[in-house]
Amino acid sequence: MTELSKRIVLKGAKVIDVALDIESEKDLLIEDGKVAAIDKPGALNELKNVEVINLDGKVLTPGLIDIHVHLREPGQEWKETILSGSEAAVAGGFTTVCCMPNTLPTNDNAEVTKYILRKAEEANLCRVYPIGAISLNRKSESLAPMLEMREAGCIAFSDDGAPVSDAGLMRRALEYNLMLGSVLTVHEEESALCHGYVMNESATSLRMGLKGMPGAAEDIMIARDIELARLTGGRVHFQHVSTARAVTLIKRAKEDGIPVTAETAPHYFTLTEKEVENYNTQAKVSMPLRSELDREGVLQGVIDKVIDCIASDHAPHEADTKNREFDHASFGFIGLQTMLPLTLAKVRSGNMSLKRAIETLTVAPAKCFNLNTPSLKVGSVADITVMDLNAKYNVAIETIKSKSKNTPFMGKEMQGAAVLTIVGGRIVYRAE
Amino acid sequence: MPNIVGQHLLGIAGLTREQVDFYLHTSQQFVEVNEREVKKVPTLRGKTVVNLFLEPSTRTRTSFEIAGKRLSAEVINVSGKDSSVTKGETLIDTVMTLEAMAPDILVMRHPCSGTPQLITKYLKNVAVINAGDGLHEHPTQALFDTLTIKQHFGRVEGLKILFVGDVFRSRVARSNILLHKLYGNEIRVVAPPTLAVKEFEELGAKVYHEMSEALKGVDVVMSLRMKHEYLKDQFIPSLEEYTRKYYINEKILAEHAPNCVVLAPGPYIRGVEIDSTVIDGPRSLYKKQVFNAVAVRMAALFLMIQNPQKADAENYTEDTVQ
Repeated sequence: MTELSKRIVLKGAKVIDVALDIESEKDLLIEDGKVAAIDKPGALNELKNVEVINLDGKVLTPGLIDIHVHLREPGQEWKETILSGSEAAVAGGFTTVCCMPNTLPTNDNAEVTKYILRKAEEANLCRVYPIGAISLNRKSESLAPMLEMREAGCIAFSDDGAPVSDAGLMRRALEYNLMLGSVLTVHEEESALCHGYVMNESATSLRMGLKGMPGAAEDIMIARDIELARLTGGRVHFQHVSTARAVTLIKRAKEDGIPVTAETAPHYFTLTEKEVENYNTQAKVSMPLRSELDREGVLQGVIDKVIDCIASDHAPHEADTKNREFDHASFGFIGLQTMLPLTLAKVRSGNMSLKRAIETLTVAPAKCFNLNTPSLKVGSVADITVMDLNAKYNVAIETIKSKSKNTPFMGKEMQGAAVLTIVGGRIVYRAE
Repeated sequence: MPNIVGQHLLGIAGLTREQVDFYLHTSQQFVEVNEREVKKVPTLRGKTVVNLFLEPSTRTRTSFEIAGKRLSAEVINVSGKDSSVTKGETLIDTVMTLEAMAPDILVMRHPCSGTPQLITKYLKNVAVINAGDGLHEHPTQALFDTLTIKQHFGRVEGLKILFVGDVFRSRVARSNILLHKLYGNEIRVVAPPTLAVKEFEELGAKVYHEMSEALKGVDVVMSLRMKHEYLKDQFIPSLEEYTRKYYINEKILAEHAPNCVVLAPGPYIRGVEIDSTVIDGPRSLYKKQVFNAVAVRMAALFLMIQNPQKADAENYTEDTVQ
């Protein structure tokens, strides 16, 4: 507790706080785990008994939030643990992560939820908010005990990795969650259209002789759930949006006032299906990487706020599951330490403002899941991320904190990195 | 000398027209060997060829086996049900184990697309010939189809080629399309739209759904197998419906492509895909294909392990069996 009572002054950084509409240099005082003061540069210079951290040239924001990660614990601790995943999170600048329920056993009951929360407390780095399953074992057959999980600490529900294929069950789940006040965050694929798929369906998949998933398989389910949200008034959040058409559908739904939100992952506005050429299993992911038109559409969706926020879909897998036949390789890749630079790349390329980029990583994801609004206003919990927008480096095994090193960005040059991550007033990550 | 000598043969993709020409040239020399009374040459004496077939195959495996034996290589066949793959060993471990036994060439067939690309990332001391990977490529097939065409027409370029049937599930079609693109040939595919999907246009083929239109003026008709086992995927309601519209018989050929020849990668289904009067008739080059297959595979095996400076088959096809 001594650490908590330490007083820290963060000095000289450019502060971007979307909730407070601040985008200027400010000095901050952190005390008792909270923001005790935020003032003009130099205003806190006279304070005694403080640790002063000079952040000239850096950018300081409320702590980043990633609402879509796979931490693999319990059950697949060789891929990732809540501790190693938390280390990756804070190194990537995240103070809060929301972990998906496809653990072993599935997080479809309060016991698993409590286990995850206990492990997160032991790791004691970032905040870990569990997402419970919508259906038992994520099989889309019967509802999981969402009230029990909600009371145990689940902040949203999802069958991620699989769709809720039964529309009737999805309807009931949406209605039931009106009572719980929680959001259903959904992996959208019409399985009948893409059974056994391993990549996007296109001329590339035809040429490569691989089973493809048409964009329509995603779009159709999004359209279905827009209509179910319209029917029930329940809150739907669309995960890892990957098609331009989906962006159009979500835009119309929002214009109609239907309560939907959406996320995409950095790879959908950075990469295309070209990455899987030569059977590169590192780029095998679900949703699959799609066409250039889709990539552009998704990026535009982020810029236009049709896609509310960015989430990593951090999916650790050991090398053995990737070093094999493309058909049999596992889906997904890690993303906690590449999400910030990949998002900032779209600021440098002129696609979006720095403020919008920060919004997609702070206020927007919080709003999608009804979390407290991240802000630096006096009295707020001091969850803070400081980033160096100019740091240049290559993605390398040695700097990846996850237990798994699977990423299509291995060796690629990145710019922009978290240099200081503070959770509840405590420094949990500081770049050397 | 094109730089294919000592290289893996993973697909037609990546080969140049000059390289294909060289394969055809070398193959033709082995055709001449196979026309002799004594067909065995000592070219690969002391070399070991492993045929790793992880998908059922009779004709391709037999053809490679004969090819290897005619070159005096030691040929070992490993099939899916014998291998450690069925015991949970990964493909990479299986091929690395085989490599440790120091064979010279690994001929592999595998049900997953892209497996030759995968294993060659790990193999250092063995040359790989792709004998069919998933729905992706089957390069030796495309080469002997083309050799057969070349023998008939005296050239490869300037021809119109039509693929009839299950192009969607055909690695033979994919390799052949890539090959004929190298020669600037007009490539057509005809089948129901569930199989002849519009994306074939992006691969360089014209897509047809009517036989009469597709056949107009073509020089080569290649009949692809309609696989019974794929009916469950509902690409077509029944083989009967397919046959009603896409059956290759002498009448339709005589009417729309009177001078065409017919090839079939086999196995073909008489009465479903193709009429006996065609497959047994004068247009059919089927038996020549099968004959040429051995020569092409001899050429591929030969080119895999020759010294690039000396890789002229003429020096090695002398009748010097002791």
